[in-house]
Amino acid sequence: MSAPAPSVFSQESLSCLEALGLIKGRPNLEVFAETLLELARMDPLILAVTSDSRGSGKLGPFGKALPRQIVEVGIAEQNLVGVSAGLAATGFKVFATSPACFLAARALEQIKNDVAYSDNAVVLVGISAGVSYGALGSTHHSLHDLAALRAIHNIEIFCPADNFEADVIVRHAAGSKKPAYIRFGKAPLHDLPKKGQPMLPTKARVLVEGSGIGFIATGETVIHAVLAAQTIRERTGQQPRVLSMPCLRPLDTTSILETAARCDVILSVEEHMIHGGLGEACAAVLAQNGDHQCRLKIIGIPDEETVTGSQADIFRHYGISREGLLFAAQPYLSA
Amino acid sequence: MTEALHDRLVLKTLHLRKRFLRAIRHAGAGHTGGSLSCIDILTVLYHCVLNISPETVDHPDRDRYIQSKGHSVEALYAVLADRGFFPESDLDTLCRYQSAYVGHPTRKVRGIEQNTGALGHGLPIAVGTALGAHLKGRPFRVFTLLGDGEMAEGSNWEAAMAAAHYQLDNLTAVIDLNGLQITGPTDGVMSTALLSEKFAAFGWAVQEVDGHDLPALAAALASRALQRKPTVVIARTIKGKGISFMENVSSWHHGVPSEAEYKQAISELDGAIAKMGGLS
Repeated sequence: MSAPAPSVFSQESLSCLEALGLIKGRPNLEVFAETLLELARMDPLILAVTSDSRGSGKLGPFGKALPRQIVEVGIAEQNLVGVSAGLAATGFKVFATSPACFLAARALEQIKNDVAYSDNAVVLVGISAGVSYGALGSTHHSLHDLAALRAIHNIEIFCPADNFEADVIVRHAAGSKKPAYIRFGKAPLHDLPKKGQPMLPTKARVLVEGSGIGFIATGETVIHAVLAAQTIRERTGQQPRVLSMPCLRPLDTTSILETAARCDVILSVEEHMIHGGLGEACAAVLAQNGDHQCRLKIIGIPDEETVTGSQADIFRHYGISREGLLFAAQPYLSA
Repeated sequence: MTEALHDRLVLKTLHLRKRFLRAIRHAGAGHTGGSLSCIDILTVLYHCVLNISPETVDHPDRDRYIQSKGHSVEALYAVLADRGFFPESDLDTLCRYQSAYVGHPTRKVRGIEQNTGALGHGLPIAVGTALGAHLKGRPFRVFTLLGDGEMAEGSNWEAAMAAAHYQLDNLTAVIDLNGLQITGPTDGVMSTALLSEKFAAFGWAVQEVDGHDLPALAAALASRALQRKPTVVIARTIKGKGISFMENVSSWHHGVPSEAEYKQAISELDGAIAKMGGLS
């Protein structure tokens, strides 16, 4: 028997999770599929459109329960988005599902024109986003999707960090008349602090109130910021502020500037290339607004050929872990 | 088609050619050749086939027309204005600062269903729209117009496969087969040879017509395929049709006539109108 793959959580991280009472939940994709099925049972106009992605999108149960509300287009991402736009134009609420790496690259022109520009309120579901596919390599990574979509007008962009955020965002998208992109990973996610408290899908969530150091993280990286902040508090008595940023557009600039007003430095964390994602979005806000002295450090996947390994390996390699974030925060800790 | 209707529509196509040439000349921009090759198709669609009018532009059961070869928007604007979707004088704002009349179709213009212009997009959207009608059990039909050069876009063939798979007999794709694209003859750029056989192999019902023969177009476009197949109407056309010095000349793809060329073009159209016994 081979040894289990190393986790992104060290023993210290696991102890920290336990101390904080943060319980391991499910992959967000499962929550997406379950919430969508619940909504679609009540609304026959909800359709799931798949590109041979029924299994990877966890939509098997949906297809069995509501076979008339699932449409298969085969391995054809451009057609997936074009057909979804046409279906939306006839009054359906369409969730178009494809691995994020293909959806936000091969079908980018269809997203730009058929969905965003034509204002067809399709919900684009990018599954197994970021480096979820790990060792399958860069063909299967989507480290560009947030940058690509941030440059396209008229599309909301979501990157939920735990099962609670995923559920809130799927419900929001189902009821919205705006085009949207939601990015989901494959890994089971821990519940973040403040689970169950009211959440506005387009606003940041202040997970831990604090000052000095501010973590602004999105998606599957947020838990590591929570753990790093907890460890900093234990070691120094200084409590960093931690925000989850589940929505990249519209961007909650107020929360970014509030953090800048309370902190000497913001560490942004994302499962995305450092160009064009959350970090640079924060940089633009900080550089153009407010009376603050706050610095910014962007943590993500650097501009290089991504190292081979599992998602956990890649996270650890690039410092997207409790330990990596502690190292990044070190220069900013008061003596 | 009665002789009276035929004559009335032929006259209309001549007047519409004049109208969009004036708009292109006024704007100093436009896709002249392709608009001239497809104006007869559009005239037949909007006068003999499509169940749509300015009064039913938002009706859920209206027929849908999606212009995939969006660059020939001048012909579409002229037809829509003539059918009363918006004031004819709006055509003089084509491509002007802050005008809704962009150089490719947008939904800002009354009567336009989808924003198109990037090639290879109309057919997938039309497939989704036709599939939506099937899923809802609605009776409307969906039409899309593509260029022959556009058939090199792979997305069309993804959509062609899906249309047959879903047995979309409410879908008709029209190919404006004018044989020229921006670089030159389509057969030299990327051959579309055996286009009928290609669509037939994809599971479509195929009709070939002279794209300037109004009764033939009306018959082909009005009929729905049997056997639950989508239909493609391959319309053989002449790029620049109706203006002697523009016909079959690829540089008129987006050529804008000079003042002298414009006057000659209008004079040729007026001559054709006079021959029909009409007023220029």
